[in-house]
Amino acid sequence: MILRAAAAVFVKDLRTEWRTRVAINALLLFAFSVLVLVGYAVGPTRLTLEDRPVVNSVLLWIVLFFSAMTGLSRAFVNEEETGTAAALRLSAPPAAVFLGKLLGNLALLGVVMAVVVPLFLALMSFGIAAPGLFLAVLALGGVGIAAASTFIAAIVAKTAAKGALFAVLATPLLLPPLVAAVTGTQIAATQPDLVAGLDAVRLLFAYDGLMVTASFFLFDAVWRE
Amino acid sequence: MQVLGTAGKVVLGLGMAVVLWAAFLYAHPAESFVGESSRIVFFHVPTAWISALAFLLAALHSGLYLKTRKMERDDAAAAAARLGVLFCVLATVTGSLFAKVMWNSYWNWDPRQTSIVLLLLVYGAYLGLRQAIEEPERRATLSAAYALIAFVSVPFLMFAVPRMYASLHPDTVINARGRIEMSPDIKLVFFSSMIAFTALFAWMYALDVKATRLVRRLSERAGGFEA
Repeated sequence: MILRAAAAVFVKDLRTEWRTRVAINALLLFAFSVLVLVGYAVGPTRLTLEDRPVVNSVLLWIVLFFSAMTGLSRAFVNEEETGTAAALRLSAPPAAVFLGKLLGNLALLGVVMAVVVPLFLALMSFGIAAPGLFLAVLALGGVGIAAASTFIAAIVAKTAAKGALFAVLATPLLLPPLVAAVTGTQIAATQPDLVAGLDAVRLLFAYDGLMVTASFFLFDAVWRE
Repeated sequence: MQVLGTAGKVVLGLGMAVVLWAAFLYAHPAESFVGESSRIVFFHVPTAWISALAFLLAALHSGLYLKTRKMERDDAAAAAARLGVLFCVLATVTGSLFAKVMWNSYWNWDPRQTSIVLLLLVYGAYLGLRQAIEEPERRATLSAAYALIAFVSVPFLMFAVPRMYASLHPDTVINARGRIEMSPDIKLVFFSSMIAFTALFAWMYALDVKATRLVRRLSERAGGFEA
């Protein structure tokens, strides 16, 4: 029942997004601009070999993090601005709204990652020694970013200074998974051994689980406010 | 009604004075620390403990607010966060001074330093959120939800990450070996200081909660939102 309603919310968001494609275009353009800037300023050859894994991992996650900060607040800000939040509140249970919006943000971030990550690897000549670990870190980091962003978007949509507040509120929450994701990426770039990155993966996994559960239960109070 | 009577103030004042005296003149400097630098433990650890305690209080009262919807809970959470910032800054500065003496740099992104900065950021974001919402009930609900979600995230940098990366930070008081490794005189001053600082915080906290409540009642009576 809740899952079906969540799917309905998700499909509704996909459909409205498909009509204009504003969010996805803005996100991709932004990510691409940052990518060009990074690629031009740092480039594949400017770094020494030993610096590459560290600097490239940080830059990759900065690009992803900033893209998330520009685009993912739309999930709820849009509903409040167009006045459709009340209708949504009436027609779907809060749990379904949260899950639907979370899926929407995950899809958005997934598309951005699918475009940005290969481009980044190519532009920066950033080699990955353990692709499995790299994909796991990307997926788990993406879930963490999407979960925290969805919840913060719901809070921010009810305040006066929506855009400015979103990054301020989300950054402290996202610092732990970002630190783990950067470390995990760095390990994936240098060590072909999967076990080396286990600590980072474990930390990301625990964070994702806790963040999704906590925001799922707290969302009720925020959404009804 | 006064938060703390005259007798209580005298005891607290004398207690703090004795702790200050003992920290500098009674306790011996600990071994394996540069010069007299180990004395900072009597100030750094209590302030760090209180910045964590204040965060715990803010989260606890936030949870209780969401449960009971009583504005008194919101006053208590806000006061805890405000005082938490103060003690968090003190812990950061004292830690940084110690880092300069021991490791010759004020800041080197030791995991402990990273986690205290995260705590400062969370406090800042929480108070920033409170300022951005005018309507008291909405402010209480949204900031309570934020405090609780931050409460889930902070332990990761406080406990998980310092264990993942090597830290230069001296062993925490409760260390992996499960023993308190301090000489008796240091131990005595240390725990007295913990008690004195906690009592000082409790007093400040009670005052701030009371003041916040009075301001809220006044603005409710005036019918305005400003507080």
